[in-house]
Amino acid sequence: MGIEMQGYRLDKTMEQHEEAEGWVDEIHGTHPMDDLLRTDRLPHIWCPGCGLGTALTCFLSALRKSKFDLDKVVVVSGIGCTGRVAGYVRLDSFHTTHGRAIPFATGLKLGNPALKVVVFSGDGDLVTIGGNHFIHAARRNMDITVICVNNFNYGMTGGQAGATTPVGGVTSTSPYGNYEYPFNVSALAAASGAVYVARWTVLHARRLERSIHEALLKPGFSLVEIISPCPTGFGRRHKQREGLDTLHYYHEHGVIKHGADPRETDIGLSGALVEGKFVDLDKPTFLEQRSRRLAQALEK
Amino acid sequence: MKYWREPLDLKDIRVPHGVIHILKERCKGCGWCIEYCPRDVLAPSDEINTKGYHPPHVVQADACVSCGLCELLCPEFAIYVEETEGEVVLYER
Amino acid sequence: MSDKTHAGVLSGEFFMQGDIACAEGAICAGCRFFGGYPITPATEVAQWMSERLPVVGGMYIQMEDELASMNAVLGASWAGIKAMTATSGPGFSLMMENLGLGIMMETPCVLVNVQRGGPSTGLPTLVGQGDMMQARWGSHGDYAIIALAPSSPQEIFDLTIDAFNLAERYRTPVLVMTDAEVGHMTEKVVIPPPDEIEIVPRRKPTAPPGEYMPYYVAPGEWVAPMAVAGDGYRIHATGLTHNEKGYPATADDSSQWPLIQRLIDKIEKNRDDIIVLEENGLDDAEVAVISYGIAARTAIWPMQMARAEGIRVGLLRLVTVWPFPDAAIYDLAGRVNGIVVPEINMGQIVREVQRAAAGRTQVISVPHPGGGIHDPYKVLDAIRRAAGRKVEV
Repeated sequence: MGIEMQGYRLDKTMEQHEEAEGWVDEIHGTHPMDDLLRTDRLPHIWCPGCGLGTALTCFLSALRKSKFDLDKVVVVSGIGCTGRVAGYVRLDSFHTTHGRAIPFATGLKLGNPALKVVVFSGDGDLVTIGGNHFIHAARRNMDITVICVNNFNYGMTGGQAGATTPVGGVTSTSPYGNYEYPFNVSALAAASGAVYVARWTVLHARRLERSIHEALLKPGFSLVEIISPCPTGFGRRHKQREGLDTLHYYHEHGVIKHGADPRETDIGLSGALVEGKFVDLDKPTFLEQRSRRLAQALEK
Repeated sequence: MKYWREPLDLKDIRVPHGVIHILKERCKGCGWCIEYCPRDVLAPSDEINTKGYHPPHVVQADACVSCGLCELLCPEFAIYVEETEGEVVLYER
Repeated sequence: MSDKTHAGVLSGEFFMQGDIACAEGAICAGCRFFGGYPITPATEVAQWMSERLPVVGGMYIQMEDELASMNAVLGASWAGIKAMTATSGPGFSLMMENLGLGIMMETPCVLVNVQRGGPSTGLPTLVGQGDMMQARWGSHGDYAIIALAPSSPQEIFDLTIDAFNLAERYRTPVLVMTDAEVGHMTEKVVIPPPDEIEIVPRRKPTAPPGEYMPYYVAPGEWVAPMAVAGDGYRIHATGLTHNEKGYPATADDSSQWPLIQRLIDKIEKNRDDIIVLEENGLDDAEVAVISYGIAARTAIWPMQMARAEGIRVGLLRLVTVWPFPDAAIYDLAGRVNGIVVPEINMGQIVREVQRAAAGRTQVISVPHPGGGIHDPYKVLDAIRRAAGRKVEV
């Protein structure tokens, strides 16, 4: 007995598979992560071989482990491919303007400090057009977790160069190779005052998940930088036609150095790709600082 | 596997086993689960889903130890592992 | 202002600066979040808020720029807090981007613009009214907006409360378009007792999570009740064109049509509820002066001089500038021999007056580029010309 599904055929029923081989074809079934996803919006818009889905899975998995009241968790995104994350999570979520996710998140957190506010956006959004908001939220030690997916280019608009494109990187607006010095996202956050900074590629999903979990639990401004393939915009111009090719690159070049000086973790087109937890320190957050200062000042 | 000394609880240790679920219609065929499965449980299949991609299929169901890496790596929420009661596997038998 | 620790409404009579009256009006209206950036001549609003909000259980934050200020205000509103920012021309330009986001997401909040001379850095300390068209059209795309124009510190106080109420009623950012003269003017301001201040609370959904759709508008209503972050509804809001669920719907114009039409209609079709006009001496008028803000106030003296010359002149003061009171002006244009429009810009609202008058009478602009108030004799000459009197050159 076979099942005819549009376009392909299964030789056995699900039950037969399960019984006979210990695995299951579900075709349109459900996934354990579905309760955290707006499944009526799937499939997502991300290309095959894009790492954003993995980054999102790691986030949701870490979020579940954190045991937060999910009705009090808010995800804020800006614009771009990563900006679409807010639209796929079954949480209170806001898809704001380009670069402005962090100030929007700041308003949410200060409006209701009981909320756990997570900014999930891309490198172009957070450190290029939104760079000013990024450094100032870190400076204030604002009580938000920022997840920055860095794919070294603007994917949504067709692979243009940005503030994270490595020197020499060929993009649709740096056809002769990029000649601008890029930002190191993790170093920028650390220098600006972030209390937690970690970087992982999507290939190091287990460690990435653990770092996101730590970042979520960390009071103050925490940053997790996720290095992720963009085969459509960036990879194919750098001999990484498929997302898998980029994962192979991560496998070969990834070097885990916990506690590395963030200034020495710049990312180039070749050479070591330093990952790990770079910063983890304790410092009163914006809200704690505010409460202390006001308590002192208004007691008089 | 050989032990220089047999652990006292060897007979109690269960190697986990997993049942892999593949949501074929969600798959975009990136191949990450196949490539990075540490036990080579998965392989590309000849089937084509409605989006035109080849979803993976299970070739070594017994080998799955329910590590969950395929589930975590999959960018499409298209594969997951259900841990089942593991068996006591004494390698040196 | 002596008792700073008194929470909430400081009922009483005060000799108060316009900017401070604005801040006090906001606090009376229930505003408990201010995100701003210093800019002359609006800085006093932020200063006063930084002192007052912490003692009334509110939150003040000075953001890194006006882009951030406007976003922080939107974020706070989506956290369920009434929120405001205040700025002037250059900051107003930066806020335009996310004013659009506020309109698209239907976010209640108040944006105060204490106008100064422009363009660019212009005249930081001196008056202007050159942002009136920017208030209407400044953010990209099609939308409608509510903008109020106070002409005294007392009115800044009153209209700031009105602005918060309109923002909640129509789920939209509301602009208070004041100017450097009114903002920096110190006058008597009466703050009424709390029970005499009308406050419109936010309308929350009654449907259970799962049934509630953030942008589903029931028949006979103009906006949906608003669930905010943390309410348990797991809402999604986006600046993209969206459907009733709040999900992006960008494949064609099927969601764009009903959404944009409603964003405009909810304001344009409620003109009668929104628009406030002040008439003075129009019953027998042969000439009407139409103005707003400080320019309406400085038109009173030349009007008195014109009356002394026997010209029957009256004033139509636009307390609400947007939506524009087309019908009232069309009607007025049929009754008078001429309309004079003094404003501290090179002729912005006069174009709307001409459009609304539809050729029924002559419309005379009295422009001023900013930096001061009108020479009263220029307004007087315009009134004389409108009345058909000879004007000495």
